Amino acid sequence: MARAVTPRRKALVTVLAWTIGLALFFPILWTVILSFKTEGDAIASPLTVLTTPFTLESYHVVQDRSNYFLHFWNSVVISLGSTLFALVVAIPAAWAMAFVPGPKTKDLLMWMLSTKMMPAVGVLVPIYLLFRDLGLLDSRIGLVVVLMLMNLPIVVWMLYTYFREIPGEILEAARMDGATLKDELIHVLTPMAVPGIASTLLLNVILAWNEAFWTLQLTTSKAAPLTTFIAGYSSPEGLFYAKLSAASTLAIAPILILGWFSQKQLVRGLTFGAVK
Amino acid sequence: MGEIVLKGVTKRFGDVEVIPPIDLAIHDGEFVVFVGPSGCGKSTLLRLIAGLEDVSGGKIEIDGKDATETAPSDRGLAMVFQSYALYPHMSVKKNIAFPLKMAKLPPAEIEAKVQAAAKVLNLSAYLDRKPGQLSGGQRQRVAIGRAIVRSPEAFLFDEPLSNLDAALRVNMRLEISELHHTLKTTMIYVTHDQVEAMTMADKIVVLQAGRIEQVGSPLELYRTPRNRFVAGFIGSPKMNFIEGAEAAKHGAHAIGIRPEHIRISTTEGMWKGTVGVSEHLGSDTFLHVTTEHGLLNVRAGGEVDLHHGDSVFLSPDMAQLHRFDKEGGALK
Ligand SMILES: Nc1ncnc2c1ncn2[C@@H]1O[C@H](COP(=O)(O)OP(=O)(O)O)[C@@H](O)[C@H]1O
Ligand SMILES: [Mg+2]
Repeated sequence: MARAVTPRRKALVTVLAWTIGLALFFPILWTVILSFKTEGDAIASPLTVLTTPFTLESYHVVQDRSNYFLHFWNSVVISLGSTLFALVVAIPAAWAMAFVPGPKTKDLLMWMLSTKMMPAVGVLVPIYLLFRDLGLLDSRIGLVVVLMLMNLPIVVWMLYTYFREIPGEILEAARMDGATLKDELIHVLTPMAVPGIASTLLLNVILAWNEAFWTLQLTTSKAAPLTTFIAGYSSPEGLFYAKLSAASTLAIAPILILGWFSQKQLVRGLTFGAVK
Repeated sequence: MGEIVLKGVTKRFGDVEVIPPIDLAIHDGEFVVFVGPSGCGKSTLLRLIAGLEDVSGGKIEIDGKDATETAPSDRGLAMVFQSYALYPHMSVKKNIAFPLKMAKLPPAEIEAKVQAAAKVLNLSAYLDRKPGQLSGGQRQRVAIGRAIVRSPEAFLFDEPLSNLDAALRVNMRLEISELHHTLKTTMIYVTHDQVEAMTMADKIVVLQAGRIEQVGSPLELYRTPRNRFVAGFIGSPKMNFIEGAEAAKHGAHAIGIRPEHIRISTTEGMWKGTVGVSEHLGSDTFLHVTTEHGLLNVRAGGEVDLHHGDSVFLSPDMAQLHRFDKEGGALK
């Protein structure tokens, strides 16, 4: 659909987009700023905060009080592990649904997605009890499994959307060109599916990295990822804005950097199916 | 060799019979065109021959051997798809080389064959590009290149030109005909465009609702259509049909006369009429004339000086009159 883009309209849209963008980014920026202040300066009125000196004090305290690298490593293992595990299960499933759909494929997909609409608290007690009895509380493997199950519907759905975009005629062309099923998989399907798989992987690593419900409920220390690490600083004993901000900054920095370098893939992933 | 014989081939999708039993023989080296309106089962029939769909009944023989159960890759046929179906992640060179690679030819031989095909198709300068960086016509050439490199028994084309603009379509039509003369390989070509069928085919198969209405050379179909459907489908502009009393005079339910077989005069003739829209093409003029028998299409010379609202007389060439019975069958 072609619409006339007048300079005025363009200026308006640009201003609007920047405003929304900055509004969304502002809390993150503020967190980062506060993390470099002393506890006393951090609770001063917003305008005076900007005039106070920067310091690494909060970071020192956070580093002394908790083991950042343990939590960082737990986050990496849990988000990557659960995503890879989900891919292993979801790729064949999405594959079958995209290329050999049955009459109930659509219903099955809807049903899978509908499980995401139930509040997670609803299954907290059974899962907690299961974890307790199986000795999985505060273990990384337990979280990998739970997060994998939680994100599986989205992973299947995303992959399904990508796979369906691969035109069937190309696979038929390969068959006509003498390709066996193995050739078809190696030379045609996989290369065409890789971008979609990569976007899915990236988006789900981020989802799992930020997941805070299950990680908070099911871990305490040993297997705790960065989300639990942040939560440790929002203690009821008092307000520690600066330390909380420092912990948050440390927690989001890795994923922010990852996101920055994979923007293109990520946008593709976030708008999956919507734009071609 | 590329002889393909269909014996009672049937195709059903669920309960819907898309292709009722069909018998058809395609001889080695023939250029056969399947033509018919959209949705009549042309692609399905082609895909049955290719092996991309399983038959619901009947037998397909290729070079005398039963190929009904043979996998598409083992039938020795090459196909050019309407969407081109190029591998988007491979360069033009790799696209063309793909069937040879699958056939496990030595790299040197693959290289030589790809270069030769690229030269024939004017693609030598584009070998390192990806399909996404090519124009529609070039993509079409790559698809053809991929089909010709491995010297198949027969080529199958499914509406290969329908995504191209009109001028390019005419060019590619000539190129494909030229290719057929060079290679002398059997070609089966599917189109809904009767002009493509008429200009390219040795043999036309007219299909309607999965049934073969008539098989014959372009001129046979033009001169002696077996029924009203074929008569109306082959020829451009379409044949005029007149029913009622005028047809009864000729002992028929309907009579048909082609636009080029009607003489037009301002002074005398069989049917009186008024000129409506006239289309001046330079070489020809197509006149839409309203008569007591309805709107008739007439082809006149390029220089006729007739205008909207003029009174004219039309006379059909009696030797070229087609007569049809109530069921649409042609009367001798
Ligand atoms: N896979 C399929 N499942 C069900 N019906 C189909 C399938 N493929 C084609 N058809 C039906 O078969 C008929 C013929 O289709 P097709 O061969 O594509 O026609 P054409 O190529 O002549 O336009 C159409 O009515 C179409 O809806
Ligand atoms: Mg078709």
